Amino acid sequence: MTKTILTVDDSRTMRELLRSALVEAGFNILQAEDGVHGLEVLRENALPDVIITDINMPRMNGLEFIEAVRADRGLRAIPIIVLTTESDPAKKDRARNAGATGWIVKPFDPQRLVGAINRVAA
Amino acid sequence: MSALDEIRIVFFQECEEQLQELETGLTAMAGGETDADTVNAVFRAVHSIKGGAGAFALKQLVGFAHVFETTLDEVRQGRLDPGAEVMDVMLRSADVLNDLVAAGRDGGEVEAERTAPLLAELERLAGKGPGGHGGEDEDAEPFSFDDLDFTPVAFDLGDLGDLDGGGDGPKFRVSFRPRPELYAKANEATVLLRELGTLGPVSTTCNADALPLLDALDPEGAYLAWTIEISGEVTEAQIREIFEFAEWDCDLTIEALGLADLSEIAVPDAGADTGISVADLLARIQGELTGAPAAEGPAEPAPAPAAKAEAKPAAEAAEKPAAGGEKKEEAAPVIRVELPRVDKLIDLVGELVTTQAILSQRLEESGAAATGSDLMNSVEELQRLTRDLQDSVMAVRAQPVKSVFQRMPRIVREVASATGKKVGFQTRGENTEVDKTVVERLAEPLTHMIRNAIDHGLESPEKRLAAGKPEEGTVTLSAAHRSGRIVIEIADDGAGINRSKVREIATNKGLIPADAVLTDEETDQLIMLPGFSTATTVSNISGRGVGMDVVKQSIEALGGRLVITSRPGFGSTFTMNLPLTLAVLDGMVVRVEDDTLVVPLASIVVTFRPQPEDLQMIGAGQAVKVRGSTLPLIDVGLKLGYRDAPADPLTGVAILVEGDNNRRVALLVDDIRGQRQVVIKSLEKNYRPVPGIAAATISGEGRVALIIDVDAMMSDQSFDQFILGNEPIAAE
Repeated sequence: MTKTILTVDDSRTMRELLRSALVEAGFNILQAEDGVHGLEVLRENALPDVIITDINMPRMNGLEFIEAVRADRGLRAIPIIVLTTESDPAKKDRARNAGATGWIVKPFDPQRLVGAINRVAA
Repeated sequence: MSALDEIRIVFFQECEEQLQELETGLTAMAGGETDADTVNAVFRAVHSIKGGAGAFALKQLVGFAHVFETTLDEVRQGRLDPGAEVMDVMLRSADVLNDLVAAGRDGGEVEAERTAPLLAELERLAGKGPGGHGGEDEDAEPFSFDDLDFTPVAFDLGDLGDLDGGGDGPKFRVSFRPRPELYAKANEATVLLRELGTLGPVSTTCNADALPLLDALDPEGAYLAWTIEISGEVTEAQIREIFEFAEWDCDLTIEALGLADLSEIAVPDAGADTGISVADLLARIQGELTGAPAAEGPAEPAPAPAAKAEAKPAAEAAEKPAAGGEKKEEAAPVIRVELPRVDKLIDLVGELVTTQAILSQRLEESGAAATGSDLMNSVEELQRLTRDLQDSVMAVRAQPVKSVFQRMPRIVREVASATGKKVGFQTRGENTEVDKTVVERLAEPLTHMIRNAIDHGLESPEKRLAAGKPEEGTVTLSAAHRSGRIVIEIADDGAGINRSKVREIATNKGLIPADAVLTDEETDQLIMLPGFSTATTVSNISGRGVGMDVVKQSIEALGGRLVITSRPGFGSTFTMNLPLTLAVLDGMVVRVEDDTLVVPLASIVVTFRPQPEDLQMIGAGQAVKVRGSTLPLIDVGLKLGYRDAPADPLTGVAILVEGDNNRRVALLVDDIRGQRQVVIKSLEKNYRPVPGIAAATISGEGRVALIIDVDAMMSDQSFDQFILGNEPIAAE
């Protein structure tokens, strides 16, 4: 069955890059512009198999978004891959503590991203 | 265009937006607004640019943005105080970032002399020595869609039971014991095992020793461990990659199996290990946990009656997402529309306006509709609606001048630092809207005039102090709507134009006769003459090969006018008066012979019937006295070749028009038909350029009517004879 990925990123460029790479790899795509929008999309659509989220976003950042997903019984089992330019180990730990499943540093290699999705998607 | 090329365009569009955000935010911070929202927005702007740039392998941009961002992060974390010195570095860094984006877009590079000093300053501010940072994690891999010949391989849990040893015997033994945190982060042991299976033949044994009795079982606990032996072409790095996300939350050892061991371990020996097979284990769990779907594995425990599950009230889980539930507020919803679609619409509305005008005129001529009749009222209603529709469509193309105003602070900073002058820069009315094309074409003339204002207008700090002025000069850029046009002013509080020097230069360069009598206003306008430059040595700031004459031309090309006013000792003001749109024009419809022509209303000062006593000949040309000045009277019909001999001025109507530099002439036409808004049709685009004609439109009769180029009408007049003659033109 085709897997659905929700991408949460405030950068149009990044959303387009992700869409292009993921559609190419045969995934369905849902898109959101920040954490608040991401939660709206999760409420209004069939649940995605994996969420890919940025950290630095307006309104609700990636950490708050991950915490919100993990605190929701209906959503908590969805794997979340953090996609960010930050490679600072301390920040990585903060994302892990918030409940991130995985971590990929931008710029992402599409193949690695797809590999990562397959490693977390049931 | 490839998908990546299209995304590249999106990226650079987004960069423009982010750079504006950055400029706005940094300016606010420099003005003392250092709240978290502002600082975060600034940080995010740089961060987004860096993120996108990485995907396009713009290494220089990524490297600079990274260092910039690191320093901004220090401010964000409250470890670096955004004082004047820090903000100065930030603002200059934003300028370089601008250049780097432009270089990235146009395929160039920015010289290291420009980036290196700022990088050093940024690193110093961030508390790191030069070279101590940057680039360590920037293995910016070029993003390529060619790499993406990848098909996800579908696996199911059934594969896990396949204990086929393969041809080569096991190469690695992986011991994997997940901790509960692994499941809490939605990692799945079963998925990881499945992925291991994609690397080569695996032999998996599960260790269930830690599995407690059912009543002691925590549904969120982690009790199982696995030992996996992998054969085939596989490297340790590949295995590590699979456990990349899980490593922190599990005990993992990866053992390379020596060749000597291979034959011995080729067949897994269940007896030698305390482990049991996955199939056995599944059967066992299924047997014990009645009703629990064993196939789901430990990550998704069945809703067992365990205390811990109930300890978390549902309300708590529901609370957090609700906090993020507010609708997007702030700005009105926006859609992105391609410009050609808008222009098509404007074009159609233009046709509609023309058709409506023709309809009105035909009705009037036919006498079918008397004034005040129902039919005429309907026609008037249609006319009003059409005009409203046109205004609304025009408004779609309108944009605030903000986007171009925001580029100016950096020009000010650059010129201030190059000249050693202190400059305070203010903008007003930046939300004033004008046609998109006008906004875009304003950047260059504004840049040049602001450079001029600082370089030539403002005095050095010493001179200012000596003149009893504050050390810091002020340059103000403002925009406002005035009678259907936009007026943009650049004012400085410098020394004003040195008129005797301007006059001297103009005389020396042969631009005016030595004995020319000029008012102060006329003298000021001289600096816009081609070939004029007040700087005795051309400075590297203003003197970029562009004079004020070029600035004036670019304003005129937009249908605008540029006027300079100056008060010695108090400063100068450059005033641009521009149309709000390039698509319609308010015109005076006139008749010449049997043709209809249009004179732009903005150029018209007054219309009058010439009287015999006001007429005189100056040289070979006719002149007329109006409002105390004697001006050339130009017969439009003769000038444009409608007739061979000049018409009798007493039978026609004269229109006093004002062109560049406040130059005035009177245009003689046969008759005036009235005022009307006309839709501009480009002659260049639809036909070819015609001297003396600015553009065309469709008249109420449905015929092409030409729009007169007022400045071209004056162009053949000899400059010294009329403008600098013995009868100075009185300023209105």
